[in-house]
Amino acid sequence: MSVSLILALGLAVLGYVIAPRRALAVAGGDARTLAALPRQYGLNALLAVLVPSFAILIAGTLAGAGAYLGWTILVVAVVGFAGSLFKITPDYRARTHAENWIKLILIAASVVAILTTVGIVFSMLFEARNFFSQYDWKDFFLSAEWSPNFRGNSSLGILPLLWGTLYISFIALVFAVPIGLFAAIYLSEYASRRMRSVTKPAIEILAGIPTIVYGLFALVTVGPFLRDYFAAPMGFGGSASSVMTAGLVMGVMLIPFVSSLSDDIINAVPQTMRDGSLALGATKSETIRQVVIPAALPGIVGATLLAASRAIGETMIVVLGAGAAARLSLNPFEAMTTVTVKIVSQLTGDTDFASPETLVAFALGMTLFVITLCLNVLALLIVRKYREQYE
Amino acid sequence: MKDTPMTNAKISAKGVDVHYADTHAIKDVNVEIADKTVTAFIGPSGCGKSTFLRCINRMNDTIDSCRVTGDIRIDGEDIYDAKVDPVQLRAKVGMVFQKPNPFPKSIYDNVAYGPKIHGLARNKAELDEIVEKSLRKAALWNEAKDRLLSPGTGLSGGQQQRLCIARAIATAPEVLLMDEPCSALDPIATAQVEELIDELQKSFCVVIVTHSMQQAARVSQKTAFFHLGSLVEYDDTDKIFTNPEDPRTESYISGRIG
Ligand SMILES: Nc1ncnc2c1ncn2[C@@H]1O[C@H](COP(=O)(O)OP(=O)(O)OP(=O)(O)O)[C@@H](O)[C@H]1O
Ligand SMILES: [Mg+2]
Repeated sequence: MSVSLILALGLAVLGYVIAPRRALAVAGGDARTLAALPRQYGLNALLAVLVPSFAILIAGTLAGAGAYLGWTILVVAVVGFAGSLFKITPDYRARTHAENWIKLILIAASVVAILTTVGIVFSMLFEARNFFSQYDWKDFFLSAEWSPNFRGNSSLGILPLLWGTLYISFIALVFAVPIGLFAAIYLSEYASRRMRSVTKPAIEILAGIPTIVYGLFALVTVGPFLRDYFAAPMGFGGSASSVMTAGLVMGVMLIPFVSSLSDDIINAVPQTMRDGSLALGATKSETIRQVVIPAALPGIVGATLLAASRAIGETMIVVLGAGAAARLSLNPFEAMTTVTVKIVSQLTGDTDFASPETLVAFALGMTLFVITLCLNVLALLIVRKYREQYE
Repeated sequence: MKDTPMTNAKISAKGVDVHYADTHAIKDVNVEIADKTVTAFIGPSGCGKSTFLRCINRMNDTIDSCRVTGDIRIDGEDIYDAKVDPVQLRAKVGMVFQKPNPFPKSIYDNVAYGPKIHGLARNKAELDEIVEKSLRKAALWNEAKDRLLSPGTGLSGGQQQRLCIARAIATAPEVLLMDEPCSALDPIATAQVEELIDELQKSFCVVIVTHSMQQAARVSQKTAFFHLGSLVEYDDTDKIFTNPEDPRTESYISGRIG
């Protein structure tokens, strides 16, 4: 098979070299009488060989066809090669044909993106259905107890996990949205160009830090700090792992996300709007408060929702910052955990993919997927509505 | 610090130069603009009319690359003096822009914006009155009175421009700068705005930039002709249009340059 692939590649290159000469020959040496530039005949020949052979390769591999795949690829390559060479006449629109091949490649790429999403959803749905055939959905969605037990008879209620997820995300957003937004306002409205060229990349560096590093920061710095200076003196308990720790650190992680989205949104508010307000004798901060922010508000809400769906999906920071104990409690200095952490812990180690204790991970994943999907759709709807405003 | 003004001009500019980075946009402009008159700025595109207009309310401060030098006084007070707060100045010198730019707020809130910021109304009733009066003056009241709470951005282009005019006069400025206020308007709305300008002239000092000679001739008493950043000629409107002194003015108004 690899031999025929190499042959196909060779044919493609050969076509790329030969086709322009042949086109010129057909035209009697005068390129101007051709329907396309000579090199476009070459491009067309190249694509006519490559695209079908690769399509066959992928389709064949997926379908599990073994023995004849190599031959099929070779045949297709030869047909493409010969076809594109023999069709060359002065009127043959190689340019349009090459265009069609390119379009085909682009369509294929987007189909792959969509199909993988669909595939992910289906595999989750399938396993989640298995779970619900073994475990009552009412117990799953409505029970406040989470105590998996690998010998069977577990209580698998999602509520404590969902509570942990929402609590931590809430704290993260309360922290990240104002700071991110104010940073964005400073950067886009007040900072001089030089200040901006330093500050903006500095904030964006935060976005490049892997979340596990944030997790370590939570574990060794923020957690003990909060315990020693807040939780213990105020009598909230002595746990370094806490909702507060994870929430704060997650908030730090989200700041660059919120600020760079808000920055774009604030910059999209037309300058004429600010001029209008300034010309009426409003100060800069009045203008920002009363004109810029209201105009950008839908976009900012959209950014917040996107940040929320990132917070909900975050795992590493929670494991290291908030611990792994499922608990329904209001105390922010207590260890709690989230849906994603439990998905990981249910699936790690020696697992039997038929027991509800393992399959619950898919039901949890599905629930999260639905929640973040709703948030994203909501965010997109709001952002789109905002876009229409300045058409 | 009030120097005795040489004349009773409302606005007086001496040796004003404006640079944008490398562009020398305004070159040594001297002009005295009288109160309670309409002064028209005319000239080919890019000659610096908007730039000069924006000097009068210091809107050029918002452009980083822009440098203004020279001396501009309003009521004898140097507006580029360090002691002058541009925010206060702009409350006194209103501006209507070339492109209508209503805020994405209700029509009512658009007009009430300035009065609210400057605390011009003591209560809701007074504010209502200011809004109504301004909208009436801007010839928008009849179209807008039933939809005061719908967004200003939902109005047509011409209505939006009249809304911006209403917004500017609601702040009760002493000087009103208008940068091609009618470029987006149909002839009827234009006539209404011109009527409004006539009306405003009784109480304000109005400066209007326009590309329409007819409009300049109709509404203004004084006309300034700009060319390539210089003030070429400044005189009574009648004189400029019937008997200009400078050949460049003559060619422009007869349609040979620009
Ligand atoms: N923000 C800016 N940055 C740099 N240069 C500018 C800026 N605004 C205007 N200029 C330049 O200054 C000169 C005068 O521009 P201005 O807008 O004042 O012209 P104008 O007479 O109002 O023209 P128009 O009739 O087309 O509105 C032009 O050469 C223009 O390119
Ligand atoms: Mg202009």
